[in-house]
Amino acid sequence: MQVTILYFAGLRETLQTSGETVQLPEQVGTAGALRDWLVARGSPYAEALARGKAVRMSVEQAMAEDGTPLSEGAEVAFFPPVTGG
Amino acid sequence: MPVRVQREDFDIGAEIAALRRGDGAVGAVASFIGTVRDMNEGTGVATMTLEHYPGMTEKALESICRQAGARFDIRDSLVIHRVGALRPCDQIVLVAVTSAHRGAAFAACEFIMDYLKTEAPFWKKEATPQGQRWVEARETDDEAAARWREHPAAH
Repeated sequence: MQVTILYFAGLRETLQTSGETVQLPEQVGTAGALRDWLVARGSPYAEALARGKAVRMSVEQAMAEDGTPLSEGAEVAFFPPVTGG
Repeated sequence: MPVRVQREDFDIGAEIAALRRGDGAVGAVASFIGTVRDMNEGTGVATMTLEHYPGMTEKALESICRQAGARFDIRDSLVIHRVGALRPCDQIVLVAVTSAHRGAAFAACEFIMDYLKTEAPFWKKEATPQGQRWVEARETDDEAAARWREHPAAH
């Protein structure tokens, strides 16, 4: 399926991109699987999105967890822990 | 239960007057304002820039206010959060809650702020004499939000 990925704040600066559209292999069906798929690209994704790094995810503009399913055309975002208020 | 994300400053007096206008059931108004401090971890903050996730920011704030409305006996709530470039002493965020009585108003106001600090997609970047740096999330914010999960009863 195809999904749109957005990157915010420090993560956007590290990856040097605010987002991209990707075509995912069939086995990548959750937010957590997408994160691992990006890590597999190697540097800088491997370090920026590594398990153990504090990275938050959203799917269709709602906070997501590893198991949150992706759907065709979904908007997924990766970002650091929020610091509003 | 309006939420607004905007660059412009706000006037708490005008906003509260509008929030409670015409509602004779209101006996209590509780509010919170977050402002920009000029020191963070020892470096002098010159400016702070607030980034956000357009679309999700509003949804997250609306969800937080809906949760507050379901959990506490309140009449209405208002959240205004600024984005863009701010300077020390500037206002950042306003949370105001109306209720018949003060217990629910105080609790709902604190609840909304605690959840906003951990769930609303804003990120602060400071420009200091040493250069620009992203503000780090605080453990105490996660602890404050967790507190509401551990103690379901309103205060």
